[in-house]
Amino acid sequence: MTALLTSLFGRLPIGWLQLTHNRTRFAAALAGVAFANILIFMQLGFLGALIESIKLPYRLMDGQILVQASDANTLQDGSPLPRQRMYQALAVPGVVDVTPLYYGRLDWKQPDGTIRTLDVFGVDPNAPVFRSDALLAARDQLKLADVALIDRRTRNIPEDLIPAIEAGTPYTFEANSRTVTVVGAFEIGGGFSADGYLVVSDQTFLRLFKQRVAGAPNHVLVRVAPGVDVETVAAALRASLPASDTVVRTIEQAQDKDQSFQTTQKPIGIIFGFGVVIGGLVGIIIVYQVLSTDVADHLKEYATFKAIGYPQRFFLGIVFEEAVILALFGFIPGVLIALGLYQVVAIVTGLPIAMSLTRPVFVLIATIAMCTISGAIATRRLANADPADLF
Amino acid sequence: MGASGSGKTTVLTLIGCLRDVQAGSVKLLGQELNGASEDVLVQCRRRLGFIFQAHNLHESLTAIQNVRMGLEVHGATAMRRWREACTHMLAMLGLGERMEYLPGNLSGGQKQRVAVARALVGNPDVIFADEPTAALDKDSGHEVVSLLKRLGRERGTTTLMVTHDNRILEMADRIITMEDGRIAGDQQF
Repeated sequence: MTALLTSLFGRLPIGWLQLTHNRTRFAAALAGVAFANILIFMQLGFLGALIESIKLPYRLMDGQILVQASDANTLQDGSPLPRQRMYQALAVPGVVDVTPLYYGRLDWKQPDGTIRTLDVFGVDPNAPVFRSDALLAARDQLKLADVALIDRRTRNIPEDLIPAIEAGTPYTFEANSRTVTVVGAFEIGGGFSADGYLVVSDQTFLRLFKQRVAGAPNHVLVRVAPGVDVETVAAALRASLPASDTVVRTIEQAQDKDQSFQTTQKPIGIIFGFGVVIGGLVGIIIVYQVLSTDVADHLKEYATFKAIGYPQRFFLGIVFEEAVILALFGFIPGVLIALGLYQVVAIVTGLPIAMSLTRPVFVLIATIAMCTISGAIATRRLANADPADLF
Repeated sequence: MGASGSGKTTVLTLIGCLRDVQAGSVKLLGQELNGASEDVLVQCRRRLGFIFQAHNLHESLTAIQNVRMGLEVHGATAMRRWREACTHMLAMLGLGERMEYLPGNLSGGQKQRVAVARALVGNPDVIFADEPTAALDKDSGHEVVSLLKRLGRERGTTTLMVTHDNRILEMADRIITMEDGRIAGDQQF
């Protein structure tokens, strides 16, 4: 390693030799950098899981455009939309089909007394909003009163529940004074707001949520004729629907709006973003401590080198060399531990938390930046290395 | 030589380009140091060799790496045959067997000899030594100074040594005595 660095730098890798001379301190410093890395990785992981879980239902939508209430930011908020808009949309050229989407939230009391929160989508069984084989197969069953399909990735449900349902034993539970019969399972994946999803027919939805009326769905999904430009149709829809109560978004736009709202307007996204910054600050402080102690411990050696005739930039080089070594060698355990923790979190919470390809690159660059900042602060101590003090 | 506080070390740090000259004139190898820029001072230091009271070796570097540091400062040309130069230097100082030792594993006299090697390896014009024997026992002190004298003579290098060790004075060619910041005596032998 020393030989490699020597030929790389064209000088002795003093920083490397200094850091590895004291093994215990080197290990502690790397643990500190790895810790900061893990902090950043976990916060980015949660943020990524939030974004991913927002996207999941949109990805399943069997259509190209969403007509939403003008105050809607996500699938879950906003006022109901006059159903009239649905029929108006149908009249716009390029639109082949429209279908309503009703949204409500249901508390599902478990036998043990705990509550699972379910996001309930009411769809027209003849033209369901979501693309799902399980949904298509259960279309006729859904037309019966109080029948539902459950998200198989719903959090904290008994392990044998889904297999039993799929084996042909419907599961029934009471909610909003109705008896809901779960006859099958489909897959979306729960997010941060609810434990899972339930899909019911629009008729069942109106029975479960008595304050809702058929004339006011939450969203309208628009299917565009094949070969027709989606943006053009969206523009035509915008022109024909009143902007006072309606917004027209393509699925991507709706998803982006949802994502930016939840990550920048709602506390949850801000908390994770803040966590990333805190992780970076922790790293800067740890690395600064290590580097400034190291400079202080070697003031005499540096003063000697100064007396021999080494210029100031030589010493800056040593400090930055140490900073980059700490960044690189701390990053490796950091990313490995973070990968393990992602697995644990995915299993425990059911959140879609996974390592993207760009994230390690980003964190590595951030780590090097973090260590360089610490190094830059630590170099101020070099001024104390005065060769005249050696005598 | 001179009593404590007579200004020996101050003179050494001034001529050695380690302190700014504020008034008067100091000339080193033809270069005026009063008002010289940091760059000029750094250049001048490279023509000198320093040996301190303490060995001031880098604890994380082996003996040969420490000596190498004395050569590396002179740039790529000097480094071309660095291993031969450093090995030769250490061998001459009787440390041929200990080149890969860390300073922590060397005795006081050996460490000071590594420091001498570091000072000499760059072929300096002048060597400044500040009480190089203070931390050594009588024998190793004598050994280090006689090595310094022999190598200096072979290479034609001037050695300016601050000391109040009488055992070493007898080896000097010229003794300048200082008192209260002024030169009080100058004997040539």
